[in-house]
Amino acid sequence: MHVPDGFINAPVSAVTGVVAAGAIAVSLRGARRELDERTAPLAGLVAAFIFAVQMLNFPVAAGTSGHLLGGALAAILVGPYTGVLCVSVVLLMQGILFADGGLTALGVNITDMAIVTTVVSYAVFRVLVKVLPRKRRSITVAAFVSALLSVPAAAVAFTLIYAIGGTTDVAISKVATAMIGVHILIGVGEAAITGLTVGAVIAVRPDLVYGARGLQQRLKLRVNGELVDAPTTVAPVAARSSHRKVWITGLVTSLVLAGFVSFYASASPDGLEKVAKDKGIDQKAEKHATKDSPLAGYGVKDISDARISGGLAGVIGVGVTVVAGSGVFWAIRRRRSADASAVSLPESV
Amino acid sequence: MGAGHAHRLYRHEHSPVHALPPHTKLAAAFAFVVVVVSTPREAMWAFALYAALLATVAYKARVPAGFLLKRLLIEIPFVAFAVLMPFVAEGERVDVLGMSLSVNGLWGAWNVLAKGTLGVAASVLLASTTELRELLLGLQRLKLPPLLVQIASFMIRYGDVITDEMRRMRIARESRGFEARGVRHWGVLAKSAGALFIRSYERGERVHLAMVSRGYAGSMPVIDEVTASRAQWSYALALPFAALVVCLLGWTL
Repeated sequence: MHVPDGFINAPVSAVTGVVAAGAIAVSLRGARRELDERTAPLAGLVAAFIFAVQMLNFPVAAGTSGHLLGGALAAILVGPYTGVLCVSVVLLMQGILFADGGLTALGVNITDMAIVTTVVSYAVFRVLVKVLPRKRRSITVAAFVSALLSVPAAAVAFTLIYAIGGTTDVAISKVATAMIGVHILIGVGEAAITGLTVGAVIAVRPDLVYGARGLQQRLKLRVNGELVDAPTTVAPVAARSSHRKVWITGLVTSLVLAGFVSFYASASPDGLEKVAKDKGIDQKAEKHATKDSPLAGYGVKDISDARISGGLAGVIGVGVTVVAGSGVFWAIRRRRSADASAVSLPESV
Repeated sequence: MGAGHAHRLYRHEHSPVHALPPHTKLAAAFAFVVVVVSTPREAMWAFALYAALLATVAYKARVPAGFLLKRLLIEIPFVAFAVLMPFVAEGERVDVLGMSLSVNGLWGAWNVLAKGTLGVAASVLLASTTELRELLLGLQRLKLPPLLVQIASFMIRYGDVITDEMRRMRIARESRGFEARGVRHWGVLAKSAGALFIRSYERGERVHLAMVSRGYAGSMPVIDEVTASRAQWSYALALPFAALVVCLLGWTL
């Protein structure tokens, strides 16, 4: 999937380069939070690990084999910022040293394979960890699902970049079908290996898995023959279970609504559209600017059955919305908790 | 680690190209690729001239053609993609040898092949004439964030160690009769990957402690500051400027 020079035109390469540079700058700050002053050696070694594990081929079927991309694995094992950083460094070195991926396409490659895979997989992972019961197995399952989604997400991102700045006019629907189809298959392999690897690490060193930090057992002290919770510096999170219930209900409801209800919804145009058509007033109405997008008209292109198409588009839409929404929510809450800690600091001193 | 510290991608020579400061070479290679990418695809002769320019550099750097061509093989997956392009692209079609091919697709395939190959060749020349450590110093000199350069240098330094660790695990698996044949064996491979991660991470912690005990405080001391004279810059930038002339000719003719 390493894009060579000349595949994406110059302006789009430049824009993705700026995006990649911005994301790396943010990740450098974030990685210092995740790893403090150990950032350089640890992130370097994890990058070396990603580099090595990309050479680990796993057999898929007779004769063919795939290899790991590692974005989801890095995000779950060492955190999203360090993950973006490690995969970007791997791509940078592959581009400069091994000529794998063009120099001008570095921005495209980093945006596509480092940023999209890591961010999507980590967002999905966090949502699932919130929703699923707080057990070790849930972490494995969440790792599986997030890796499964991250690879097609990268394919979608590539298709979008290609749609804007591709240098050949292969129909977008063809590119999308081929890319996403192939990458769903790759995603299954990636997901299985990622899930099993995370499970293997959790079994030995659960403290190393960034995504499983909330699952550690509370320390107990035996005081006069009774078990007492050891005093912790971290304040207990209140009313987590009720939050989880809200999360589950919301997610399930919106998936059901978007997927199944729109599956059975009428495929005929809605009232206004029908009126406009009857009266001929839509003659002059201009098509929406995104009419060529793969999800235009609430249907997935190239899927002829209107109902399945609509349902699929609904589910994809909910997924995107959940990811975007929880991203915003997470950012706001993080800021708020930062404010709170800043306020509470004088009391503790 | 016992077999010398030069990487296998690097080709040791004493040529004027090897002697150039690394950041001038990086800038020249990048500028060259940018110029190549922005050349119109219809100007076929321009790409031939670019190839001639690169061949001149390779001759000056005493990089043999066979070495260069062998390293170009990394491009093969995208060549396969480019070959498919004429069959699936839109637009008017021509008949070639009894096959109906798209004109646009043929141009697209040519575009990707020519620009991609020139880009790969430029990167290969850069990597085979510049030592890894110099390359990283050059990146730092070109204002890449120092932390990113440190991470990259650790990745390069320990990449071979970790890869060797993985190779030893593979030998251990195979000497116990394991052969990965299908989906059922994914679990074993994943456990290897997990063990590899734990070993890498713990090695990282040990490396950090070793560094701290030697006075590391967040930044690496730069001992050999690389500088480039005006003559070296102009020598290195001769390549992209020559390419720029070709590119401008390609746009005007």
